Amino acid sequence: MLILECPYCGVHAEETELHGGGEAHLTRHGPESSDQDFEGYLFQRENPRGVHFERWRHVHGCGKWFHAARCTATLEVFGTYSAQTSEPPQHIRDRISAKRPGWSWRELA
Amino acid sequence: MKRYSAFAIAREALRHHTGWERAWRKATPKKKYDVVIVGAGGHGLATAYYLGKNHGIKNVAILEKGWLGGGNTGRNTTIIRSNYLQDPSAAIYEKARSLYETMSQDLNYNVMFSPRGVMMLAQTHHEVRGYERTAHANSLQGVETQFIGPEKVKELCPIIRLDGPRYPVLGALYQPRGGTARHDAVAWGYARACSDMGMDIIQQCEVTAVRSDAGKVRGVTTTMGDIDCDKLAIVVAGNSGVLADMAGFRLPIESVALQALVSEPIKPAMDVVIMANTVHGYMSQSDKGEMVIGGGTDGYNNYTQRGSFHHVEETVRALIETFPMLSRLKMLRQWGGIVDITGDRSPIISKTPLGGCFINCGWGTGGFKAIPGSGWATAEMIAQGAPGPLASAFGLERFREGRFIDESVAAGVAH
Repeated sequence: MLILECPYCGVHAEETELHGGGEAHLTRHGPESSDQDFEGYLFQRENPRGVHFERWRHVHGCGKWFHAARCTATLEVFGTYSAQTSEPPQHIRDRISAKRPGWSWRELA
Repeated sequence: MKRYSAFAIAREALRHHTGWERAWRKATPKKKYDVVIVGAGGHGLATAYYLGKNHGIKNVAILEKGWLGGGNTGRNTTIIRSNYLQDPSAAIYEKARSLYETMSQDLNYNVMFSPRGVMMLAQTHHEVRGYERTAHANSLQGVETQFIGPEKVKELCPIIRLDGPRYPVLGALYQPRGGTARHDAVAWGYARACSDMGMDIIQQCEVTAVRSDAGKVRGVTTTMGDIDCDKLAIVVAGNSGVLADMAGFRLPIESVALQALVSEPIKPAMDVVIMANTVHGYMSQSDKGEMVIGGGTDGYNNYTQRGSFHHVEETVRALIETFPMLSRLKMLRQWGGIVDITGDRSPIISKTPLGGCFINCGWGTGGFKAIPGSGWATAEMIAQGAPGPLASAFGLERFREGRFIDESVAAGVAH
């Protein structure tokens, strides 16, 4: 069972207490953007077999959205962090790099 | 290839079964093929089969990183139906269902297609209206379905409880020619026919890179070395995102785990397939007597072919309230498969930004039923270089252009 620590209230919540919100750090293209950008934002996903950054909501707890870094191939959790950021914080990246040598953050479309 | 027949069984019985040959050849990769298909599951093998049968393209390799039919083809709940709301869906799923009717004869391989009927229960007034609408749409599409009342549901499936603790059964969308087939046999039958046409099925051969030159595919790099090709088809379901990344494009797909489970075998108790979408569980009885049960997907990306326990609990709870006699049944096995879910819950059969590279994916939670139709349409697209009438609505560009085939709203749940 997937257990994530809510970075706001500190609760170690299991997945029935949480709600997954899909890929994190998408660039939000608005009404003036090109069709291609808007398609990318709405539909296209990294969907990696490996390190994945995603949004979660502590729905049966504090109700707040947060981010998690997780491996989709092993279900290992690298850490959770505040949603008030547009890219993963350095300590999360360092933790992933330590466990997945050669991994690097790439800007998403 | 020696044909399977009653005569062959009698002949082999007289000589201690020493004359059976391997169903398909063990192949080693050649330097170059006209078409390389990545993924030897149902859809990949069907694509290869119809490439050879309908279009005469037989210099084909089918590459499989694991074993043949070991992904979702061997992990689904074997339900076949075509009662979809949208016209493009009904067309391709009905094509597939009709090909299942004659598949055993066509392939000379018993796929045990059993058109026992499929019922999708309506348990809210919203669902009643929705399924009545689907039944009307189906009659316009030439798909034989009907909306039936609760008495008829009870008559077709006596073990059902009509006045459940949460939701009563108000009727059902019934497709009498839907049913089940033996999923492994579908893969094996196609593989045998492909091998007989001279195609190479190469197992334990993982693609590690897609090689291209000036925007056109040149071949693939695999764990067995480089293989060149004129055309490449990616038919890898849950791993589509990984292959698309190698080919240099992104997909509107997320991979999640879907689970299924089977009970201990019991005597024949139900001879239809039942899907209860409001409480969310579906069930049929296999020829061995096991109750074959499926439910919902997990809510997060996953490549591990394992699912969360609470989904098993939810599915079993849904089925016990619908079929109280199940409550003391023991479950034998549980497993997961990685399904590729698109934004509109409809598949993708499309050209890709890379020239000569085609993709068939996005079947999500309901790909088994589509295997022959999907293979038929994908083969046509590869042979002609552009999608034909069955596939044209399922292109990747529909997400940019807003031309969705929105079965997520039509079905309400996974389908």
